[in-house]
Parts: sequence; structure tokens; C-alpha cells
Amino acid sequence: MSILDSGVPSGPISEKWTKHRFDMKLVNPANRRKHTVIVVGTGLAGASAAASLGEMGYRVLAFCFQDSGRRAHSIAAQGGINAAKNYANDGDSVYRLFYDTVKGGDYRAREANVHRLSEVSVNIIDQCVAQGVPFAREYGGLLDNRSFGGAQVARTFYAKGQTGQQLLLGAYSAMMKEVAKGNVTLFTRREMMELVVIDGKARGIVVRHLTTGAIESFSADAVVLATGGYGNVFYLSTNAKGCNVTATWRAHRKGAFFANPCYTQIHPTCIPVHGDYQSKLTLMSESLRNDGRVWVPKAKGDTRSPMAIPESDRDYYLETKYASFGNLVPRDIASRNAKLVCDEGRGVHGELAVYLDFADAINRLGKATIESRYGNLFDMYERITGEDPYSTPMKIYPAIHYTMGGLWVDYNLQSTIPGLHVIGEANFSDHGANRLGASALMQGLADGYFILPYTLGHYLATAKLDPVTNRHPEFERSETNVKDGIQRLLAIQGKRTVDSFHRELGLLVWDKCGMSRNGSGLREALDKIPAIREEFWSNVMVTGSGEGLNQTLEKAGRVADFLEFGELMVKDALEREESCGGHFREESQTEEGEALRNDAEYCHVSAWQYTGDLAKPILHQEPLTFHDVPLSQRSYK
Amino acid sequence: MSTTARTISLTIKVWRQKHADDAGHFESYDIPRVDVNASFLEMLDVLNEDLTLKGKDPIAFDHDCREGICGMCGAVVNGQPHGPQRRTTMCQLHMRQFSDGDVITIEPYRARALPVVKDLVVDRGAFDRVIQAGGYVSVKTGQAPDANAILIPKRAADLAMDAAQCIGCAACVAACPNASAMLFVSAKVSHLSLLPQGQPERTDRVKTMVAQMDKEGFGNCSNEYQCEAACPKGISVANIARMNRDYMSSTVCAS
Repeated sequence: MSILDSGVPSGPISEKWTKHRFDMKLVNPANRRKHTVIVVGTGLAGASAAASLGEMGYRVLAFCFQDSGRRAHSIAAQGGINAAKNYANDGDSVYRLFYDTVKGGDYRAREANVHRLSEVSVNIIDQCVAQGVPFAREYGGLLDNRSFGGAQVARTFYAKGQTGQQLLLGAYSAMMKEVAKGNVTLFTRREMMELVVIDGKARGIVVRHLTTGAIESFSADAVVLATGGYGNVFYLSTNAKGCNVTATWRAHRKGAFFANPCYTQIHPTCIPVHGDYQSKLTLMSESLRNDGRVWVPKAKGDTRSPMAIPESDRDYYLETKYASFGNLVPRDIASRNAKLVCDEGRGVHGELAVYLDFADAINRLGKATIESRYGNLFDMYERITGEDPYSTPMKIYPAIHYTMGGLWVDYNLQSTIPGLHVIGEANFSDHGANRLGASALMQGLADGYFILPYTLGHYLATAKLDPVTNRHPEFERSETNVKDGIQRLLAIQGKRTVDSFHRELGLLVWDKCGMSRNGSGLREALDKIPAIREEFWSNVMVTGSGEGLNQTLEKAGRVADFLEFGELMVKDALEREESCGGHFREESQTEEGEALRNDAEYCHVSAWQYTGDLAKPILHQEPLTFHDVPLSQRSYK
Repeated sequence: MSTTARTISLTIKVWRQKHADDAGHFESYDIPRVDVNASFLEMLDVLNEDLTLKGKDPIAFDHDCREGICGMCGAVVNGQPHGPQRRTTMCQLHMRQFSDGDVITIEPYRARALPVVKDLVVDRGAFDRVIQAGGYVSVKTGQAPDANAILIPKRAADLAMDAAQCIGCAACVAACPNASAMLFVSAKVSHLSLLPQGQPERTDRVKTMVAQMDKEGFGNCSNEYQCEAACPKGISVANIARMNRDYMSSTVCAS
């Protein structure tokens, strides 16, 4: 086992980034146009990076699998974005946001990265407002804030319940501005199939053109992956249907280490599962917990309608158990407690659901205020369930939402492959074992607007890069691999659909590696995943051909990668014999049932190296040290 | 979920077109026992699973977030873009809106500027090119002043937000008898015209975006208001009036 070097600069935490920015080498503005940079993914991280690098003068090639750069799943983020502006005058500061994020991540994030994130958070809000992002405002014309889970200050900026949409459209329009200028070339409906590594450095990608089926190669001086998380390994998740692990997994197979794959976030407020035809789960923003109260009946088997259950028979379990944070405890705690009460048989009508009740808030503030705050969310709930949340409490249950794990990156956001940088949800860096609400948008934009543009320049200024074209033999080899893989999938002509395998994998990992995990369950999953994979490769049915649009073929390639990745995720969860944040090992809990960390043995990042044998990846460690936020047992009571 | 599981039987008539140059035709499929709590796309998923197992080509349709915000899904259902429920994308349309025995016709958006790629999938690249023509504020990363240095009256911010909610799905184009993209273009023009940040480029923006819209082959507006009725986000035609006003003043003001 080797020790990974994070490259965190020396000096006091608040001065590291400033010092580092000075120490990094620069690329002269006149030389920037000589460098080509590939950015894969056009969500918040990818679009903001492509825009910023284009503005600086680099030649940027941006890729997305959707039909437009405006579709990426960042668009679905509802609640808001954090920034340490202290506009609410309630005691916020860069240091407090840093502290909250390290603590919220259950002390499994890298301190220096989190502090940098908090520092640039304030610039993000400035940038977005300048682009015309219509954040909510007060009557005086100034920006409004609200509070979010895991914090006792109001530092969240929002645009109705569509903050992600507005921020993404801001980044997308900034990118399109550079497309118009010719600095960025946007390739839509392209799926990255291979990372091309030449002389140990990332030098390009091979993509499939999804509407023509053509296999295309692109060379560059550096590659940036902004391809999001792997939540869809669970099949049912709040991710968009197209979200996948393919880009990061293919990079992993080429040498990029995968860090902490077992850190997955379960969001506490989603619409419960209602049928086996179901294709995805829908999130109800965490901001709802500002005004909604979570409860279940005190007694098992209480089948009365919610309005008929008197106060004395209701258990507002978060408010009683966590007096100081109440309904706004972090996501992992809110989720686990929902599971606990439902496992006790006290879920709504004995099912996997708890109430999120707005009756008090509507009485106190009036229906109009609640409507202005959450109108679109209430409408969405009604469309999906056919019930009116203004008159009857919402039913909610946790669902997979975000993945904190991702490709390992150093302080410069560079993976273990030189020249391959990874930003946004696709990397592992800032959220530790649990992400706080409204921090994903912050991290995606921090990486893309304010961090990568500096660190990538340093790489380009210092790396010795020989000229490479897309006719280099390594590109030809990669293209052949991709074409062979496609032919292999098409040749199987089996008896099961791609979705049936995806569903089987998803159910297994949700059951054994979901909200709560234990050694024997994880071992069972490790036995079963290779068998599912084997059957997939002998019995899947992929219709059509590799030419032209073939959505079944697209799905099959993604599920094939989930079937490999899933095994690594479970292996990581088995290896980490402690509970931390979203990773709850039943063997490791306090007497009160809270997550119990084992700092003596597990205060490190686990980074896995691909060996060619899926059963035998090599584990590397990056030790984590906590100088500024001393290690302590998290408490939200 | 405690909503009672009720099922209905349907016949769906879907447009099948192998590729852009294929003539295309309708095909009918009977689907027994559709759970009314399923979404419209989940109904299509179930049909596609069935087609796949029979070795037939499943129906191609665009979709991604399935929560009504990415703007990727959309087709004409029984003559209406995104189907019969107001302010609802096709992915958020649920089968409880239909009755046992219904025949549902599904066809792609039809407009010269939105060519069919396959089955229900169309090419909306024209929308990207319209945005590229000026749908932004020319501010570079790092140039921004403090966020609260720009005061924006709440009413202006709210109106701008209403316009900015457009998801770029192109239902407005499909609904319009002239295949006009005025609602889409005006939503972006209005969003930025209503805010102080959008003022410096206001005159040029409306000109270049409208010019690109015309170049793409979208039709003109003749005040049918079908676009507003079909818009899943309820974008108001008042934005078109705002854009027309801006456009007119751009022709008399020096840029």
C-alpha cells in the first residue's frame, strides 16, 4: 500500500490558496491559444470550466451526451447554493462555512480543499449575479438568503426552487458566449468511450457520436472530466436517467485511482417508491425542511388519516432527538432516522414513508407565503402523486441522490494520470463522507470558475508535451477497443433486457450497500455482482446496430460499466470498518445508534487502483490530518 | 405509496421513422394493464422492454431528468405538445390522466427548424445557435463586482425569473401553426432586458437573436397564443410583446 501525495501547500490554512496561486506557473496569454483542452460534461463544473478556459484564451473542446449543453443534471438542483457572504448578519464567515463543511463531511474531507472552497464561495455569487442569474431578492433590492441542513446560519442563495437550473443556464450561456467567439467548440450527443493516455499523460478521448454511431478521436494537451456522479448504480435514484459512471470508470481502467466509492448520499426527502415499473425517484428539496415538520405516528399500525391523528399521537422524531438542529439535521442523519422509524413499523400505513407536514407553517405564515417559497415543488408533488400537499402532509422517504466518492485528485484537481483533471461531483475532494445541502452547486462552480483555470494552467506550463494528433497509434488502438466492445454487446442477442440487469444490480446494492451496511451483507453482494455481470455478457438483448441512434446500445454500455464499478463500491464499503457520514456500518455505532468513526484506523482517503482483475484492485491511502477543525464526534443535539 | 393501484388498457399509435431521410409512418401497439400511477415515459419504457424482448427496435425518445426541468423530453401527444395536462412536461404526465380503452397518438415535434432524428427524437440545435447569437451577458469569470452592489427591485427580479424558467424544450414551436420560436427567444431576451446586468447589450442582443431565429427557419408570430398554452413552465406571451418593443426600439436607436 502506498501513500498518495495530495500536494497541499504549507502554511496556515487561510493562506494556502493565496500562496499556491502565486507559486503556480502561468501560461502567457499569447501562448494559451496553442493549447487544446478537452472538457467532458457540461454541467455546472464542465460548463463553467469550458467558459472560463475559453475566456482565458485556451482552445477548448467541450462534450456532452445530451442534445444541448443546457441539459446536464445540475439543472435539477432545487434548493440553493451556499456562500459565506454573511449578508444575513448572523455570524457567518469563510471559517464557519469551512468548519460546517468539514464537520458535516464527518471528518473525511481534505481540510485545505474545503477551506479553499469556502474562500471562493463568495466570488461565485458575484459571478452568477453579474451573468444575470435571477436570485431571490428582498424588497430593498438586495439578495435574500435561507437556511439549509447542517448549518445554523442563513447562507443559502436561491432562485425559487430552481437554483440549479438558473446557475446552469448562467454557466451554459457563458460557455455559448465563448462558442460564439470560437474559443470553445461544443460537441453534443457524444459519449466518451475511452481516455487516451500517451507516454503516461492524458492526451485525448474517443467518443461515440450518438446519432450517427461514428467513433471519433480528439487529441489535446489536457483532459478535464466533469461527468458527475455514479448514483445510478442503484438504478432508482434522483439522478437523471442518462447519468452514468462510464467516463470516470473508463479513466479508472486507464490508471486514475477511484477514491471512496462507498461514500454515497441518501437524500431524506424524496417521493417514495410506488411500483416496479418505476424508472426514477424524485427529490423534494431539502429547503422544505425549513418549514415542514417531519413526523410519524407514535404507535405501530396507526392507519388513521394524518389529519385525524392528534398532536399527542404524533412523533416529531427529529425535533425531539436533535433539539438544536431539529428538522434541519444533516442529510445522512435525517435519512437514517426515517429508516429507523419505518423499520420499527411506524412508517405511514406501515410502508416506507414518513410525513413532511406544512400545516403549522401554513397557519403561521399563510398559504401564499408557502406557495411563493415552494410553489413549484408542491405542484410537482401533486402531479406525481395525485395528492395536494397544501391540505395533506407530503409522504417522503430517502433515496440515493449524490455521490461523494469519485476519481482521486490532488490539491490541483489532477488525478493520478498527469493531465487528467477531474472536477465537480466526478471527483472525491470536498465533501468527505457526507455533503451538506446547497454545497454541490458551490463545489461544481468553484472548481470550474475559480480553481481549475489556475491549476490547469500550471500543468500546461510545466508539463513537457510532445505534439500528438488523433492518428497516433494509441488512438487507433482505443478506437478498435471501442468498436469491438460495441460489436460484442450487439452479438449477444440474449433473452433479458438491459434494464432488467440494471434493476437487479440496483436492488442488490440498495439492499446491501445502501442506507445501512454490514459485513455479511456486503460479502453477499460481492459474491452476487460478478454472477450478474457474467449473465449480462451472455444473456443481454441489445437490438439494432452500432450505426445511427441506438438508445439500447447506449444504456447497455453504461450498465456494463456499472456492473464493474458496483463491485468496487461494495468492496470499499466492506473494507471501511467504521461508520462515517453516509457510510453507516451497523457494526460501528454509538449506544444511541449514531455513526461511530474509527479515527485510529480509518482517518484516510481510500483510493483504488485498477489491476485488470476486478476482484483484486489495489488499495492506496491518503492520510487525513485535522489541524484546524479538531476531530470530534459529530453532534447535532 | 398508498394510492390504489388501478390499471387501464391502451392502444398507442406512434410515429416510427428510422432516420432523418426515412419517410416514416404510424404503428399501433396495444398495451394491457398500464398502472395509472406510472408516468407517460414509464409507460413507453414498459412497451420498449416488450418490443426489445420480441427483437424489435424500441421507440426512440429523448428524456433525461424525468422531473420536468432538463427540457430534453417532449413529443406531441393527442395533438398537444407534452400531452393534455397544462404546465406539465411529458415526463411528468401520469397515466391517471387517461382512461381505459383510450387510443393515444404520439408523434414528434414537427417544424422545419427541428428535423426528426429518429422516431420521436428531433434535433433542437437551432435553439443552441439562437442562444449563441446573444443570449448572455458578456462578463468574464473574475470581473464581477460584489453581488449586492447591483440593486434589483424585487418585482423586476421576479419577472426576470419567470422568463428565465424556460427549459428550452421547443413545445412552443411545435404548438405554433407557424412553427415560431418567439416564445423561446423572447423569454431569454426578456430575462436579460428586465435586469440591470442586461442593459449594456440590450439593443444588439435582440437584433442578433432575432436574426438567428429567422435564419434557422422558424416562422413568425401571429398572436395565436398556442405557445403559452403548451409551455410546461407557463412562460407568458407578454415576453413576446417585450421582445417586439425591444426589437422596434433597436431599429431606431444607434447600437
